Amino acid sequence: MLDMNLLFDGTLCLLLTILAIAAIHARDLYSAVIMFISFGLLLALTWARLGAPDLALAEAAIGAGLTGVLLFGALARCNPQPAIRLSRPRMIGAALLAFVVMATLLQAALPTLDMRSALPALTHYHLPASGVDHPVTAVLLNYRVWDTLLELVVLLLALLGVRQLRPAGEAFPTAWPVLLAWARLLAPLGIVIGGYLLWRGSHAPGGAFQAGALLAACIVVLRLAGMIGPMNWAGFPTRLLVCGGVIAFLGVAVVTGGWGDGWLVFPASMADHLILGLEIIATLTIAASLSLLVIGEHREMDG
Amino acid sequence: MSEWLTVLSVLFWAAGGFFFIAGTVGLLRFPDLYCRLHAVTKADTLGLGCVVAGLALRADSPREVLVMLLIWLLIMGSGATACQLLAHYQQEVSGRTGNDPATHTAESNDA
Repeated sequence: MLDMNLLFDGTLCLLLTILAIAAIHARDLYSAVIMFISFGLLLALTWARLGAPDLALAEAAIGAGLTGVLLFGALARCNPQPAIRLSRPRMIGAALLAFVVMATLLQAALPTLDMRSALPALTHYHLPASGVDHPVTAVLLNYRVWDTLLELVVLLLALLGVRQLRPAGEAFPTAWPVLLAWARLLAPLGIVIGGYLLWRGSHAPGGAFQAGALLAACIVVLRLAGMIGPMNWAGFPTRLLVCGGVIAFLGVAVVTGGWGDGWLVFPASMADHLILGLEIIATLTIAASLSLLVIGEHREMDG
Repeated sequence: MSEWLTVLSVLFWAAGGFFFIAGTVGLLRFPDLYCRLHAVTKADTLGLGCVVAGLALRADSPREVLVMLLIWLLIMGSGATACQLLAHYQQEVSGRTGNDPATHTAESNDA
């Protein structure tokens, strides 16, 4: 008898492959974007099946949700054009490149398959001193907080890049009453769930990126419904929100580097408060940056 | 008692699966946008409702039931809103161009 789980996972793998191919070979860019969003949602499901709910949440919120909106926004700004067929040598080149990348990734990933890596044991061993109870949060905001700092820098650079390129501002049409009513219901709920995800991050799947993405989605919905005005880029509060994450992380790095045990090494007694503070600031920064990326208008991006 | 609950939950799932498949077939085969929206939102609300009801019968705690109920309500609300918005958009577009392109896809589908 066929194992039910195997059936489900097999279907998932098959659908992922089909959607990936469909996204590349779609007739027009619009279908390609829709395929990409479906691919992201199924990928989130795959992460959940693999026992990585943190990744699943982040993939669903950022990979499928906000990236999809960004792609649609880009599509609305460019002229409709059919997908360009690549010439044969370029296709072979791309295939070769993809093959090399896959080989490299497989080489890195295969040793973890036999579960003999020392990292999980090490993570759990140091967990009591990390200030949080959830191993993923401990890795992201204590052992490897350096990575999170760099992620925030990447986000800031992306926003600055978009600001430099100055996409032509789209005036939002007046929202229909249905959207208004739904936004009125959805936004408070989203804020509550965002706060819950942030708080939950210390002991269960959740955290700054998921909460930030959800808050950004609330801001986007409210903005599209015309219930909040544009964020004023020239204003101090917006700039502080956007740069706050990087400033806070750098500040902690300097303080711990100058007076503590080393760059970004948290003292165990203060680690929990420090992590919570950093997570709250990072959430606000991520929410502000992502929402500006998605709905940043000429006016707000121009300053 | 618990056997009856098990049987009932399987019945709910079967009904949910039926509605999802019917909704998908409707989405693919129905002639115009309004009919398709009708089919797919029906699947979302009724199909998911049946699945949630089936799962609720097997839930361990009232909390799980409550969470599933909330998810169902949210999806129902977002489905209904998205449906209204799409239909509204279609109406505006067809009002602007003078004819309703959505109702003409039937012929092109049959061709």
